[in-house]
Amino acid sequence: MNISNTINRNICHELDLDWVMSTQANQSAIERRAATLGMRRSVKKEFQAAWLARAISCIDLTTLSGDDTEERVRRLCAKARHPLRADLAKSLGMDTLTTGAVCVYHEMVPAAVAALSQSQIPVAAVSTGFPAGLSSLKLRIAEIEESVAAGATEIDIVISRRHVLNQDWQSLYTEMKLFREACGEAHVKAILATGELGTLRNVARASLICMMAGADFIKTSTGKESVNATLPVSLVMVRAIREFYEQTGYKVGYKPAGGISKAKDALVYLSMIKEELGVEWTRPELFRFGASSLLGDIERQLEHFATGAYSASFRHAMG
Amino acid sequence: MDIKEIYETMDYGTAPESAEEANAWLDKNNRVFGHFIDGEFVSGTGHFETINPATGKSLAHVSQASSADVDSAVAAANRAFNEWSTRSGFERAKVLYALARNIQKHARLFSVLETLDNGKPIRESRDIDIPLVHRHFYYHAGMAQLMSKELPNREAIGVCGQIIPWNFPMLMLAWKIAPALAMGNTVVLKPAETTSLSALLFAEICAQSGVPRGVVNIVTGDGDVGDMIVRHKDVHKIAFTGSTDVGRKIRQATAGSGKSLTLELGGKSPFIVFDDADLDSAVEGVVDAIWFNQGQVCCAGSRLLVQAGVADKFLSKLVNRMKNLRIGDPLDKSIDMGAINSQAQLDRIKSMLSSCDPSKITTVATTMPNAGYYHPPTLIRDVEASDTLMQEEIFGPVLVSTTFRTPSEAVSLANNTRYGLAASVWSENINLALGMAPKLKAGVVWVNGTNFFDAAAGFGGTKESGFGREGGWEGLMAYTRPVNVPNETANYSTQKTTPNRAASINRTYKNYVAGKQSRPDGGYTKQIADPSNAATYDIPISNRKDLRNAVEAANKAIGWSSSTGHLRSQVLYYFAENLSARADEFAALIDTFQPPSMSGAEEVQATLETIFECAAWSDKFDGDVRDVPMRGLALSLNEPVGTIAAFAPAELALLGLVHMIAATIAVGNRVIVFPSEINPVIAGELIQVIETSDIPAGVVNILFADHNDVAKHTAMHMDIDAVWCEETAAISSMIEEHSATNLKRTWTQMNDATEIREFLDHAIEKKTVWIPWGEG
Repeated sequence: MNISNTINRNICHELDLDWVMSTQANQSAIERRAATLGMRRSVKKEFQAAWLARAISCIDLTTLSGDDTEERVRRLCAKARHPLRADLAKSLGMDTLTTGAVCVYHEMVPAAVAALSQSQIPVAAVSTGFPAGLSSLKLRIAEIEESVAAGATEIDIVISRRHVLNQDWQSLYTEMKLFREACGEAHVKAILATGELGTLRNVARASLICMMAGADFIKTSTGKESVNATLPVSLVMVRAIREFYEQTGYKVGYKPAGGISKAKDALVYLSMIKEELGVEWTRPELFRFGASSLLGDIERQLEHFATGAYSASFRHAMG
Repeated sequence: MDIKEIYETMDYGTAPESAEEANAWLDKNNRVFGHFIDGEFVSGTGHFETINPATGKSLAHVSQASSADVDSAVAAANRAFNEWSTRSGFERAKVLYALARNIQKHARLFSVLETLDNGKPIRESRDIDIPLVHRHFYYHAGMAQLMSKELPNREAIGVCGQIIPWNFPMLMLAWKIAPALAMGNTVVLKPAETTSLSALLFAEICAQSGVPRGVVNIVTGDGDVGDMIVRHKDVHKIAFTGSTDVGRKIRQATAGSGKSLTLELGGKSPFIVFDDADLDSAVEGVVDAIWFNQGQVCCAGSRLLVQAGVADKFLSKLVNRMKNLRIGDPLDKSIDMGAINSQAQLDRIKSMLSSCDPSKITTVATTMPNAGYYHPPTLIRDVEASDTLMQEEIFGPVLVSTTFRTPSEAVSLANNTRYGLAASVWSENINLALGMAPKLKAGVVWVNGTNFFDAAAGFGGTKESGFGREGGWEGLMAYTRPVNVPNETANYSTQKTTPNRAASINRTYKNYVAGKQSRPDGGYTKQIADPSNAATYDIPISNRKDLRNAVEAANKAIGWSSSTGHLRSQVLYYFAENLSARADEFAALIDTFQPPSMSGAEEVQATLETIFECAAWSDKFDGDVRDVPMRGLALSLNEPVGTIAAFAPAELALLGLVHMIAATIAVGNRVIVFPSEINPVIAGELIQVIETSDIPAGVVNILFADHNDVAKHTAMHMDIDAVWCEETAAISSMIEEHSATNLKRTWTQMNDATEIREFLDHAIEKKTVWIPWGEG
């Protein structure tokens, strides 16, 4: 996928603190809306199959483990190229389907780039002292530059949670702006680590700041916090994206990460995106799932759709 | 469409809930239904179609009950009453529990049947209506269990005639039947003629749940059947939910009948958005407020009031949100709005909109089914307070909006209506949001939310939205009456007090209005003498203008209603102290004028004790917190009714009069009281006591009048909130009938009241304030 061809890329804007501080997030009301999202929409049969294929196209197939090796990454990349078993993909008429990207640590970037050559699948690198983001600013910026140089076209940075918790919005903005600049042509996803931000209001405000500082995507979590992507957090972030678009005309993408492992959850997320932001935001240019085990459940559901029989995980290739 | 295409468009497709079971149930009954009387289904006559509003096609035929059917249902309910009401609470609780369980077991069937007959989205009947129904039965199983211990002074009323609307057929049935049965009543219930089916399924469930014969009777048919129930001499209580117009007629029809009455009527509830609200969440609130059940909700937030600074932004967000609402087959799990309940209702909505300037109307281009009765979500902007659409209930998916500048203007606009059912307030400022709640004239206030309901929380209206509460402890008041236990005999001295008034000086009394003694408007007085002709007294004859002046004074004294309980108790104690100082004089006057049911000394003592008891309650008649399934608080507040007019009894001229004054003002009301006609002298003297007791001007007003002459004007006065009347049956009946003008509360069965608490219960209006909370 070549993102820059289809979306007018976000730019760096002035920090507008009045806007940031006027942003509210009523947790109870947001939770109520989030709780009914899955009840208000239901996609069945071929519609469900198509939606699940869409979900696959949005997956950032991820491995972020201390024991990652080049071979492990190559296997993951092969899965990204062919997320569905060939006969299954064919029966759905989706034989060219791939995942949205492959997401790895910096050291694994060359292996991933090599494994994905001749494909349109971008390599995303987590960066900036992922997951805590507490190495020196100089090192964090250098890390971005190295990953870009190694061929990563998407950089998932982590923000300094302390800037949010200290309400130091100026520092958060400055940091994000530096990260964006370091990324150059590579697209930058800002990981807010929402599970560590304390309140939904902080999530809303941090989302806006990162977008003002030029983030291409905002992303919930590293997957390493104790609470990762949730529907209420997602609702806050996609509403911030909508607000940002209404005010500036720039479309910023959304990536929930961590904890989304069921096909049914993916459908709820997609319908939330469709309801709150519109169909355009359900495409990989503007939406990604950060997930490692989601694909397996989707594969089983699709086989059930194709054959009418419940599937088993060993029938689908490992990623 | 093939998968590849859907992959591009991301359409939802359809996700229909199966109607198979519901159709099988209808077929099992040959799609023809009679009534459920005395534990059995009877075939009924005069069948008419019940239509699926989503398609316009017939679902089944239901019967129009004859007067013989109604008679036999009422007779069955009366026969069943003794056994049912004298069962232990535990025995009744078991039956209610069985009903809850059985409804829960058949929840999907009830949901689908409700959607077929009513047109509401399956999501709502499945996730909201039916879960609230079994919750209501569970909750009231508990109330049956607790009744004997927690409500020892209350007993069942008898046969309850219950007439329910078509917007929440099964939920309204539960709100009516569960508390009635819990308290030991038996019922004759009539569902709305367009939505009878779920009630008939419920009848089947009754038979399976051990409900004894005759305890629940269901008769179907149109308003004529309702009228038969309302007028039936062997029905002891009427509970009605529906339109204000019909409610008014029921009030008139039951006037003087001695039937207990509760009415849950229409509304035009405000939805208030302040500039510091979470606007996106408030937009979602609007969706739940006015597009829930196609807006056919009595408490629908149908008047949007937005603070001017954010109005454009908010409305633009709202219009964007409207574009995503899906209208269609209510059995489809992915639709937001189903069908309007009937062609008649759809026509009514359209005709209300026909006079509106089209440039103010926003609807969204949305696809709607060709058959069936559908109306798109509609927003009407810049509607002024004077506009009919801002005042009249539309009962459809139509929102009207205007703006306000300040919180106090929001309150004024919100309260600028005949109705007073619910209100929704959106602000992230706790001072502002919670401060609004007491100022809004409504039975329910939702803070940063809307349309929250629960069995534990009272629901009901003020003003022309009706009276009585459903749910919670207060809901039980509507289905019980005080047990007639004789008062403890007080051990007062019965010795007569000798009058020592210097004889033959004529006393001229005046009315007491706005803290001043004033001559009657007409300038007429009548002279009475004491029985020994030792003294004469001039008594004013008040007319409707005196009443008007007194009401103005009372309404000006509104500050009393927000004064502290501590202050009110101090004033009352002082009142007692001043009366006590003249105790002998009052005792002698009583002995002079009154037949000796109680000696003067006794009556004065009892009066002093009454004032003390009211003073004691002033700062203790507080509300409570309800255990609703929500993170936050549901407060049940006791608020003063407002301005109460009270006709004091002929007998016990001091005690009766002071009961009315002390009980009303203790909890913050202002009162206009008409003293005993037989013995007005007591009141004449009492004015001096009141004048010296620091009671603020206008809080207590005393008018001497021929009760028969002023009763009608009092009952019709639009700015009086309640009338209490311990008077003849004829006057009581007149008051009840004419109270229908603004549906003011009336209390005419005051003889039943043996406890001050009863008086206080009538002197307050319950307000439920829902406060969800939580951040982080």
